[in-house]
Amino acid sequence: MVVGLESWTLARPELFLAAVTALLLIYGVVRGEASTAFVAVSTSAALLVTAVLLFMPYREGTAFASLFIVDRLTTTMKALVLVGAAVTVLMSRAYFEQAKAWRFEYPLLVALATLGMMLMISANDLMALYVGLELQSLALYVVAAFQRDSIRSTEAGVKYFVLGSVASGMLLFGASLIYGFCGGTAFVEISKALIDGKGAEAGVIIGLVFVVAGLAFKVSAVPFHMWTPDVYEGAPTPVTALFAVAPKIAAMSLLVSVLMGPFKPLFAQWQQIIVAASVLSMALGAFAALRQQNIKRLMAYSSIGNVGYILLGLASGSEKGIQAVVFYLAIYLVMTLGVFATILLMKRRGVMVEGIGDLSGLARSHPMMAFALLLFMFSLAGIPPLAGFWGKLYIFMAAVEAKLYWPAVLGVLASVVASYYYLRIVKVMYFDEPAAEALDQPVFGVNRVVAFASAVLVAVFSLAPQPLSVVAAAAAKGLFP
Amino acid sequence: MTSWPILSLVTFLPLVGAFFCLIVNGPKEAVERNCRSIALVTSGVTFLISLILWARFDPTKAGFQFEEKLDWVPALGIGYHMGIDGISLFFVLLSTLLTPICILASWESVHVRVKEYMVAFLVLETFMVGMFCALDLALFYVFFEGVLIPMFLIIGVWGGPRRVYAAFKFFLYTLLGSVLMLLAIIAIYWQLGTTDLVVAMERLQLPFTWQCYLWLAFFASFAVKVPMWPVHTWLPDAHVEAPTAGSVILAGVLLKMGGYGFLRLSIPLLPEATQYFAPLIFGLSVVAVIYTSLVALVQEDMKKLIAYSSVAHMGLVTIGAFILNIQGVQGSLFQMLSHGIVSAALFLCVGVVYDRMHTREIAAYGGLVHRMPRYAFTFMVFTLASVGLPGLSGFVGEFLVLVGAFKANTWVATLAATGLILGAAYALWLYRKIIFGELTKDSLKGIVDMNRREIVVFLPLLLLSLWMGIYPASFLDPMAASVDKLVGDYQAAIKLARTAALP
Repeated sequence: MVVGLESWTLARPELFLAAVTALLLIYGVVRGEASTAFVAVSTSAALLVTAVLLFMPYREGTAFASLFIVDRLTTTMKALVLVGAAVTVLMSRAYFEQAKAWRFEYPLLVALATLGMMLMISANDLMALYVGLELQSLALYVVAAFQRDSIRSTEAGVKYFVLGSVASGMLLFGASLIYGFCGGTAFVEISKALIDGKGAEAGVIIGLVFVVAGLAFKVSAVPFHMWTPDVYEGAPTPVTALFAVAPKIAAMSLLVSVLMGPFKPLFAQWQQIIVAASVLSMALGAFAALRQQNIKRLMAYSSIGNVGYILLGLASGSEKGIQAVVFYLAIYLVMTLGVFATILLMKRRGVMVEGIGDLSGLARSHPMMAFALLLFMFSLAGIPPLAGFWGKLYIFMAAVEAKLYWPAVLGVLASVVASYYYLRIVKVMYFDEPAAEALDQPVFGVNRVVAFASAVLVAVFSLAPQPLSVVAAAAAKGLFP
Repeated sequence: MTSWPILSLVTFLPLVGAFFCLIVNGPKEAVERNCRSIALVTSGVTFLISLILWARFDPTKAGFQFEEKLDWVPALGIGYHMGIDGISLFFVLLSTLLTPICILASWESVHVRVKEYMVAFLVLETFMVGMFCALDLALFYVFFEGVLIPMFLIIGVWGGPRRVYAAFKFFLYTLLGSVLMLLAIIAIYWQLGTTDLVVAMERLQLPFTWQCYLWLAFFASFAVKVPMWPVHTWLPDAHVEAPTAGSVILAGVLLKMGGYGFLRLSIPLLPEATQYFAPLIFGLSVVAVIYTSLVALVQEDMKKLIAYSSVAHMGLVTIGAFILNIQGVQGSLFQMLSHGIVSAALFLCVGVVYDRMHTREIAAYGGLVHRMPRYAFTFMVFTLASVGLPGLSGFVGEFLVLVGAFKANTWVATLAATGLILGAAYALWLYRKIIFGELTKDSLKGIVDMNRREIVVFLPLLLLSLWMGIYPASFLDPMAASVDKLVGDYQAAIKLARTAALP
């Protein structure tokens, strides 16, 4: 436990990342476009170094007058976010170069967004939470629209910005209500006020609902998911990959630490909200994806569905449930990165394609790529023995323990429906005749490495889920002293 | 018991073969030849090793043998626990026997993507054997569901014209049933803190209503797999579209997973609910036996006819299992084994003529006996075995089930026996249409009899069918102790529940 004057050292990873980003920004401005490759690689390296700094040395405590908290959960979540961000930055180059948008601002914006995510994961106060969230969101709005000469990308950016602002507004409004009724913005104060009996007051509940709605938007849970398919489809593919992992993990972590932290006394109230959002997300994620033709859009619905499962873990409110959330997020990160790396390999005569039909007959022209995607799809569908199955098993175990029987039944049924569209991709790759013109043979590059590494990791987690569950157990322990 | 993890060896050896198939490289012809050989050798060796299981199996013991136990995911209470008893022994052997036969049977008929085909079959074997050996509920589920992946690909890639539809129907139907079983397994975990099946058999005590919920969840899964009427509709589609070897495995092993699941999980874990729901099983099974037999009578596709006959035969299996006396359960097990051999062989018979004529229309054949005497003989043996002629394997199972059923419930027995008569009708009708009569069709004039490879494929099945019919004791004896225990435990549990219910 670190306290007192030295406590700022708890934020060393964040400070390091901020400093490196600032230096790289200066370097980029001075050197101009020529610096992009260097800035991108350095940013990735900095993100990974930051991830290492989280654990060297690992310390717990609060800093900056309790605005900032570090424990196992936040550290684990930050590590996931950092890995996700670093890998997506590396995955971006080919895409942006082709789109003639390979500028040094891009990796820096991602780094700033990641910094915001780290701050919000570590937030221990509603104000700190909001500041971190906005830093993240503002950087991401720009990144979504980064392909300036593409109408779709710009549209995605604007849509994300407008809807994101509404969500931020709701969150802020909720925070102000909570401040008004609890007399403080620090999580400790809120917790104390709720335990002292303010929990019954309607103002607090309304405030809580608004805060949850704001965060539900960020994790794209139904009914706040409307932006997801459009933004996923419109944004440049590497950015979509980033959206699918980093901000989602960060916002989910925030949701966990807010609801399981200061608002734990209101468990009975927020559980209903989370259960409803969870069931609706699972159902919508399953049904809406059935007819999609664009694989990015499909992944958008798939991520909505996955968020539904993660929320079910949160809704159980138990130690097992939080373990399940961490476990699922880690596996989700690996699978999603793998899928997007594969999508980024889909080129025909040098042009990116993203239709599901473009994959037809892939098993013959690109057996390795098809096999990797097959693994990811069966894993996402939750078919044993693949990694995704363990994630779902963990979640359902938590749900059954918390006596959430009906949500669990609906969840498994939704997973059957969802398996249809994952299978459809397998079908297109394996059963259909090859398209008239096969996709290009992928050149060796980051995306191939990422796809391969993800496939290997999925295989490893399939056979040996235990180490990951140990990590998840350690992360969840902090919330249950 | 032994220091050698022989069950794991049998289970995972095929994966080694699959790995070697994957890394084979070179010109297309050589790759195909090598993959075929690797697959055949691996599955053959696996079968030989599994014979050691039989040889070293101690028939006097009712409990599990060759047990292996390791922690796998302690965080979720899941262990890697393998072991077999008299109930599972022969299913393991059935799986390891049918796989090399399937590979041999597809030697020439499969010529696209041979490498993937062989890999899929070897992976499938691992999952099948693993499922019959698993003594941990979660492990059981992993293998049970894992089977879907290779089978989905086998139907979808190497199947007939409507293969995509059939593959999806097969996958989604069975998945829908199984996911509820997953929840049931989780519920058991929260009762016991572990998913170990042996622990569950000893210690699981659930209130009656919970038993019913869990029983229905297991039922959803196994009934689809068996398949029981009315959730059998995926089976004819899957059979018709699957390649010959796929049908063989489907009928020979995959259907048995349902029956095995009932005997391994539903009955010992949830005895009171089993008793409560037994009439439901009887009702559905009797309908299956009679209705699907009638449906089989009007089929025009050979494979579809045999598929419906499978549903009828499996109806008899479920009756036997839930009669829950020793004859019934033994008959049920024996019937499953016999059906595994006989229906597999019948599908192979269809495959023989399909490879030559590329049609499965019954009307396209007739008078084959004139050109194909060896084939006619083989087909006859298996048709009669399927009908239940004494001296062949089918008779023993049917007889035992009916004896058991008469003891317990005359009506069920009578109706089930009616189904057998219908069974004789459609099977003989099929045989007559295809084999007998004048050889009038021009297309059939040049058809050639079975070659040496095909004889090798059929010979073991034929001998087994005779052995099982003439001296069933070799198979019934190892089962006996475990079946006694199953029935004894069940009756003890029922008695206990009754006395507890009394004031």
